[in-house]
Amino acid sequence: MDGGILKGKGLHKFFGGLRAIDFLDFIVPEGKVKSVIGPNGAGKTTLFNMITGVIPPTGGILEFAGRSLNGLKPHVIACLGISRTFQHLELFGNMTVLENVMLGRHRQTASGILSAGLRLPRMRREEKEIRENALQELRFMGLEDRAMLSASALPLGEQKLLEIARALATQPKLLLLDEPAAGLNTRETVKLSETILRIRDRGITIMLVEHDMSLVMEISDEVLVLNYGKKIAEGSPREVQRNPEVIAAYLGEETGNA
Amino acid sequence: MSKKDFYPLLMIVIAIGVFPWVVGGNQYFISILVFMGINSIVTMGLSLLMGYAGQISLGHAGFFGIGAYSSGILTTKYSFHPILAFFAGIFLSAVIAFLVGKPTLRLKGHYMAVATLGFGEILFIFFNELSPLTGGPSGLSGIPTLTFFGHLLEGTTYLYLVWGFVIILLLFSLNLINSRVGRALRAVHGSEIAANAMGVDASWYKVQVFVLSAVYASMAGSLYAHFVTFISPSSFSLMFSILLLMMVVVGGAETIWGALLGAMILTLLPEYLRGLEDFEVLAYGAILMVVLLFMPQGVLQGVRSLFGGKKS
Repeated sequence: MDGGILKGKGLHKFFGGLRAIDFLDFIVPEGKVKSVIGPNGAGKTTLFNMITGVIPPTGGILEFAGRSLNGLKPHVIACLGISRTFQHLELFGNMTVLENVMLGRHRQTASGILSAGLRLPRMRREEKEIRENALQELRFMGLEDRAMLSASALPLGEQKLLEIARALATQPKLLLLDEPAAGLNTRETVKLSETILRIRDRGITIMLVEHDMSLVMEISDEVLVLNYGKKIAEGSPREVQRNPEVIAAYLGEETGNA
Repeated sequence: MSKKDFYPLLMIVIAIGVFPWVVGGNQYFISILVFMGINSIVTMGLSLLMGYAGQISLGHAGFFGIGAYSSGILTTKYSFHPILAFFAGIFLSAVIAFLVGKPTLRLKGHYMAVATLGFGEILFIFFNELSPLTGGPSGLSGIPTLTFFGHLLEGTTYLYLVWGFVIILLLFSLNLINSRVGRALRAVHGSEIAANAMGVDASWYKVQVFVLSAVYASMAGSLYAHFVTFISPSSFSLMFSILLLMMVVVGGAETIWGALLGAMILTLLPEYLRGLEDFEVLAYGAILMVVLLFMPQGVLQGVRSLFGGKKS
């Protein structure tokens, strides 16, 4: 378990009296799919928000590729190589599908207001590169024929894929997927699981929050189970599924008749 | 600039070029077109700020005033060369916009509007009260007209100067929005949290575009000062900030072209509404309401969809 790309030690987040994440230790191994599951309110999205710097931890350590994430702003963390999708879609509805993905290339490019406004040669080269790369990611996600549509015009399933394409365009080392299968039909979910594995095969570590248990159990290398902000189990899908505490958390406490 | 912008741009260049002949050198018509150009410069900057980055400002009359007073004061009282004064105004506006923008751009929507409104009012008070410099409420007169190699710029030549600025800034703005920076601005508008998560420093881009729009406004203010040669605080009041905002909204905030069109419509309109005297403001309000009700995306999009054009 050592040598993980992302590590948390004693990580906690309290909202007043509510312990959203309660002294959590975890490791995300590089190049693997690690899922975080747990009942609603277990602290999964809070964990994602802390990793990406959206909310600061109350305390504890977060370390990414040997670097502390504590106190870094979201855009700095993104530039270190952590990208994400959102549980509630956060697409740029005022932009086309292609432009959404092109925005993902922001961190690899450098043109400022002057070189963009004057359309300097450097900026034009850069722009071409951005476009080609974005088209490549759209093809990877199977959205290339949607490129010129407005992002808000896509059906939900494709919007979810677009968020992944945009995140991939940032060339992340670690990709956080927050409930990517929510709202997808069975066929789309099957396709999604294939896509996630293809992303992993590109060498990108994946951290997945998901309620669709068959998806989680099928593609995860490791599963971390949270309940009320505490880790109740961690291990391979098989181990976790057998864990009595996990079963209790999902099906309710045993009251003697189970 | 993309290809679809080329022909409208060419049309503008030709229209401005032949306009003085069409109206037979009529100074009144030419001056209206000069004011259209000056207002367009401000609204293009505001369009970048509002339409693209999604940040509102009710204080841009203040930056317009800083440009105008910098040019006015430095040329009349300190005998600066107008070009030097022009750049001094830009510099001052940029610095003030940075200092004001840094804290206020943390605010959202109405709060940002109120904060910038307050800023505009503070400047308005400065223009009024710094009488030794600004001439106070009675204004500053004797601002020199511009010359170009000994050739006096007035009427037609000043029209060309102002619209030269419009065209250059239009090109600059169009380039900007079709770039990495433009996408970052629109992303901030679309979803600030996602923009940040993709590595865009949203708050820094907001400050940058605020400064840029202030620079546009300052340029326009300088051009205004040298054209009218007399400035007084009433030209830089809250009413003008609101008028600028109306221009952007009426034309269509989400395109640079819309901002241009809005500036032209609302510069021309008062000339026709003048006969209504006290009811002028009423007519303004009515027009704004009609546009917002029937063309919520502005006149430009409204007209486009009337002719069955696609939404772009």
